[in-house]
Amino acid sequence: MALKKVKGTLERVLDKNLQDLVRGIRNHKDTEAKYIAECIDEIKQELRQDNMSVKANAVCKLMFMQMLGYDISWAAFNIIEVMSSTKFTFKRMGYLAASQSFSDATDVLMLTTNMIRKDLGSQNIYDAGVALDGLSCFITGDLARDLANDIVTLMSSTKPYLRKKAVLIMYMVFLKYPEALRPAFPRLKEKLEDPDPGVQAAAVNVICELARKNPKNYLSLAPLFFKLMTSSTNNWVLIKIIKLFGALTPLEPRLGKKLIEPLTNLIHSTSAMSLLYECINTVIAGIPNHSASIQLCVQKLRILIEDSDQNLKYLGLLAMSKILKTHPKSVQAHKDLVLQCLDDKDESIRLRALDLLCGMVSKKNLMEIVKKLMVHMDKAEGSHYRDELLAKIIEICSQSNYHFITNFEWYVSILVELTRMEGTRHGKMIASQMLDVAVRVQAIRHFAVAQMAVLLENAHALTDNAQRNGICEVLHAAVWICGEFSEHLSDPQNTLESMLRAKVTQLPGHIQSIYVHNAIKLYARILITAEAQDDLQTVTETTELLLEKLPMFVQSADLEVQERACCLLQLIKYVNKAIEKGAKVADEVSMLFAGELNPVAPKAQKKVPVPEGLDLDAWINEPLPEDDEPEEFVAKTSIFHTMGDVRTATYDNEVKTHAPSEAELQKMRQQREFEHMNNPNYLKGSARPKGSHHEDQNNISDVPISQIDLSVPLHVPGMSMSDKYLQLQRQQEAERRRRKEKKSRKKKGKKKKGDTSSESEDDPAAAISVNTEYDVPEGANLSDDDDFKGSKDDPHRLLNINLDEPLRDEEVLPVHTYQTLPSPLGVKAPPELATAAAAPEKKHRKEREKKHRKDKKERKHEKKSKKGHHHSKDEDSPSLLIATADGTDQPATPDDLPATDMNHIADKTDDMDFWLSASAQDVNSASSAAGELSPPAVATPTAPRTPEKHADVDREEEEPSRRKSKKEKREKKEKKSKKKKKSDYIEADGITTPSKEPATPATYKMPSMSSYKLLAEDTSLKMTYETRVSLEQSNQVIVSIIFSNLTSSHLKDLNVNVLDSLNSKLVRNSGDDGVKVPFILLPNAENEGQFAFTVSSINMPQKLKGTLMYIVKNEDGATQEKIDFKLSLPCTSYLVGVPCDGDAFTKLLGSGDLAHKSSMQATVSETDIAPILAKVCFLAHFCVVEQIGNTASLYSRSIQSHHLCLLVKLQPNTLNFDGKSNDESLLSNVLDDIRGLLTT
Amino acid sequence: MIKAILVFNNHGKARLTKFYVHYPEDLQQQIVRETYHLVSKRDDNVCNFLEGGTLIGGADYKLIYRHYATLYFVFCVDSSESELGILDLIQVFVETLDKCFENVCELDLIFHVDKVHYILSELCMGGMVLETNMSEILTRVDEQNKLEKQEAGISTAPQRAVSTLKEMNIPQRIKDIKLPDLPSIGNLKF
Repeated sequence: MALKKVKGTLERVLDKNLQDLVRGIRNHKDTEAKYIAECIDEIKQELRQDNMSVKANAVCKLMFMQMLGYDISWAAFNIIEVMSSTKFTFKRMGYLAASQSFSDATDVLMLTTNMIRKDLGSQNIYDAGVALDGLSCFITGDLARDLANDIVTLMSSTKPYLRKKAVLIMYMVFLKYPEALRPAFPRLKEKLEDPDPGVQAAAVNVICELARKNPKNYLSLAPLFFKLMTSSTNNWVLIKIIKLFGALTPLEPRLGKKLIEPLTNLIHSTSAMSLLYECINTVIAGIPNHSASIQLCVQKLRILIEDSDQNLKYLGLLAMSKILKTHPKSVQAHKDLVLQCLDDKDESIRLRALDLLCGMVSKKNLMEIVKKLMVHMDKAEGSHYRDELLAKIIEICSQSNYHFITNFEWYVSILVELTRMEGTRHGKMIASQMLDVAVRVQAIRHFAVAQMAVLLENAHALTDNAQRNGICEVLHAAVWICGEFSEHLSDPQNTLESMLRAKVTQLPGHIQSIYVHNAIKLYARILITAEAQDDLQTVTETTELLLEKLPMFVQSADLEVQERACCLLQLIKYVNKAIEKGAKVADEVSMLFAGELNPVAPKAQKKVPVPEGLDLDAWINEPLPEDDEPEEFVAKTSIFHTMGDVRTATYDNEVKTHAPSEAELQKMRQQREFEHMNNPNYLKGSARPKGSHHEDQNNISDVPISQIDLSVPLHVPGMSMSDKYLQLQRQQEAERRRRKEKKSRKKKGKKKKGDTSSESEDDPAAAISVNTEYDVPEGANLSDDDDFKGSKDDPHRLLNINLDEPLRDEEVLPVHTYQTLPSPLGVKAPPELATAAAAPEKKHRKEREKKHRKDKKERKHEKKSKKGHHHSKDEDSPSLLIATADGTDQPATPDDLPATDMNHIADKTDDMDFWLSASAQDVNSASSAAGELSPPAVATPTAPRTPEKHADVDREEEEPSRRKSKKEKREKKEKKSKKKKKSDYIEADGITTPSKEPATPATYKMPSMSSYKLLAEDTSLKMTYETRVSLEQSNQVIVSIIFSNLTSSHLKDLNVNVLDSLNSKLVRNSGDDGVKVPFILLPNAENEGQFAFTVSSINMPQKLKGTLMYIVKNEDGATQEKIDFKLSLPCTSYLVGVPCDGDAFTKLLGSGDLAHKSSMQATVSETDIAPILAKVCFLAHFCVVEQIGNTASLYSRSIQSHHLCLLVKLQPNTLNFDGKSNDESLLSNVLDDIRGLLTT
Repeated sequence: MIKAILVFNNHGKARLTKFYVHYPEDLQQQIVRETYHLVSKRDDNVCNFLEGGTLIGGADYKLIYRHYATLYFVFCVDSSESELGILDLIQVFVETLDKCFENVCELDLIFHVDKVHYILSELCMGGMVLETNMSEILTRVDEQNKLEKQEAGISTAPQRAVSTLKEMNIPQRIKDIKLPDLPSIGNLKF
């Protein structure tokens, strides 16, 4: 210990820095873990030092270790310490480490709120920049809520660097705290027209991200973006905007039409490939019906694909596949190109080309394309690509119910050929295809069974190689097909023998069990034929064979195999006894497997309707009072439920008619029979007429299967080759063409040439029937209505917020009016304490989430129930006109403003309609006008359009009022929950306990009040202002001024200057004569600018004289104007309403610190104290400590930490204030201010 | 959105990892490994886009990468980013590094990973592109470096002296990252 103290700063020089650590790790390659453990010990030592530079160095090393995969969450508190350093170098290090390692689960994050707020407000832009950057990585819901207002303030900073970062981070804030979206959106929208291109790009970026997930809420921004698109030269911005339009156009077809021209212009003119590509993408997504532009896109894409740059080639193919969905014909023309790409050395490109091919197949070219793919598959090296090819082949062939397959024998042969692919992992896929085809295409069964039998005989080829494990799944299908359709087998005995080879036991269990089961099916078949021919020898031989071979399965380690084998062995023994007695058993045995199987629809189980009277949640048996294994019990019952469910649903009464006493065998058999007979979903034996398919029957009989099978020496003799079908097809085609030529010659060319493309006519085999029936429970349909889109946790769902509605009074960002925890700066709370403090917060967060979810649910419910009522609500709304204006007004700035005059309120929806319906010629004029939302644009619609427009307006007028009434309820609800949240939060912080208060101003519904006061006004400009202070900055007041442009011209170069007094000074850039306002005011727009004042003493009210210079710019030119104003800073503006609980309040009063007293009387007309308190709290920044009847105590603190305690008593007509404070003049001035507030 | 930015060398050693979505450390390492395996087996003359990282993203996400000498720069992005745009961004990033480190090489990234982070933070923030104008980025980086130097002042002089001494131990500092001109994307204006 002593030694450590002795160690001076100079010796700290020898501490390892990051470079030493890296070097060390490189030098200890073999003992890295040990070396790092040593280093971490050292770091822990260093973190205990008080010297900040040592700590920062340690954190820097930790950050490096984090990259190597070491968990550094234990050092979270130290990181925060470094973040709170006053030196930029250390602060930056701290924030970097935090951004790398912090997450939602980092408890100590809640300690950082105030520190980050301070950094955000820092004079050094890089402090704020670093804070924003860090925050973007570790922002949580709480941080987002508490800091939203500060970030929004930064959005109008005078520094473009900060504006840019603040704008960008808003996206994170919205994600974590969706309530911020509406109040902050107007400001965000403003930034789209920021003079700084970086800020503009950031705003476009954020809005594009928002709009990508919920495009419909951003449709109203289309004119603005359109204007940006036609004016911007920044490719980054253009790309984003064009991407955004790609998301918007599907929602508004008229927008697509509007975009055709500028997009095609861009496509023709741009030299930037990235921009070209995005334009093409948007055209494809947005205006797929405009075939001329699609054609242009295809042309351009062909150029991209032919380019030597692999990236362009790849993207070209990607976009091509999107066109394929809407315009297959235009893409099919480029088949050659796509096939070329299959030979590309780049796997990604080959995969893309494959995707394209998949969509390009037709009945005619299917065989050819598949043949090509098979060749590629043989050549392919990587198993991944080969697998991909295999999957694609199957996908191509099976798509839309085997629509393109004209010859199923060919397909089965392809499947068989695919089984020879080495090392594929798609065995299952091939197997399921085989099963599917065999089950659903009856005509092919005979052929398929023959192929499968060959496959089984050569099963050793598939099972030999351990690498081929994936492919042995195919045997599963082969065995099943041979067993189920055994009537088609040419030599069942032989197949049975190959099924019972010893090698089979090496297969995976689930395949073995299928083997065992189907062996018995085959046995049944053999019995039938043998008995028919009275061939007793075969019967006994086969029985013997089974009795001999089955025991090897009985010993299987796999339970399923064992069980089936045991069961069937007993069955055979039983049958054997019967045979020995000379009985005919074939019929009975085969009854076990009678009936045909149909494919079951994938969702059949889910679709089973719950029958009436069945309560799935009710107990069948009351649960035992003392349940040892409750979980198991539940599981059992649930299984029972579902089973009962299925049976009652499908077989209804049949189950009941069965006597349970019947013998096991008999029961099984009969049940199966019943199912088969009574279930409408089963196909009855020969129900399917085949008569209509003469053609394909002929065709199949044309194919000389056996001869070719034998004549071609293959790896596996007896398997058919798919190639011959291709050749056959070609031959047939040639033949047909010949015939046709003859015909057409006969018809003297009456037929048009184009007719040759109508495939169904030409393809003789096109009509093979594919059984598309599925087993589905009655009363269920197959539609996919139960697919939920997107997960419920998707944060973007919460961001689906209507932004066109006007803001409500209460919709403001939570302003920091209370102190959370003291910042860790110098406090050095032990981490345990921090975690303890975090615990309630966490719990509380959970609660809030729950509440939120509930809210949402209720809201949804409300919406539903309201649909029926909105007509009556319409009548309630006072005036239709006003309702319309409200519903469609442009969103106002976050704070409630003096009502704008009616002229100003442009009907947005109407405007949008107009903008969209404007014909192509006046695109530019209309867009610029609409973009600025100026009334004249609305007032000059072209004559013929007017009636139609009126109709539109009528419709629109109804809409918003309806929407409004719906919204109102929701607002109320939101408000409630928001308020609750706020008070909860304070409690969680452990500073105050406001829950004891009977009435806090927060729960009292305030009359609409605005803290904005008029500053000055002339004919063109109006200024209102409010003051903001924070406890962290004891000598600064922020004056936030809203500038409203009352003219229809631009106002620019606004410059505010104030005559400084001794006490208060405007914060200027050095050398500047006043502060420039960083924006241009658009016609009839308003914007907010913030100005910082330093104040030294706060106990006197201040009045500052100032001037605003600005330039009015209109068609005639620019004129400079000037307004003088008087900015008054009353003492109340230095107060911060800090909540204080009763105990602390009494202590404070009793401590004797508050030596100065003052009283004041005011005459008031109110009889209730609540509105008075609300007013005092809101406008004079006090907090209610306690309220009993008409008496209340209030508390506030000044930014220079003066305490102010007030006792308010309301007597009839008079209001008594008794105040105590530690500053006399402050107290008396505040009381004067309050009197002023209450009497005016 | 950019989900992650990874820089690793030809042997898969991470030189910079920036995740804009939080993953626990072990998963981060897995992601780096998986990405390395996907990217490293590709030739240099194939396209720079790649789908199919299973750990990071999913169907909507793409890996967009560039290979410079010994280093891979990989961006994992979703469909709201332009593929070619991100390629440009990587180029901007590397060129900025080149300017800041004067002929950047892998060793610079190894020993000054913090500085690389600071530079990156001027390009991207919270998974979104912040700035693409290189001169603007360089000004910001320079100003911050100045600030750092001011603060350091004389107090760190001995430390700097020591670290210069240590630096001398490093065997040859290879300057081998070349910045080839990329014709296809070079014509994107900023």
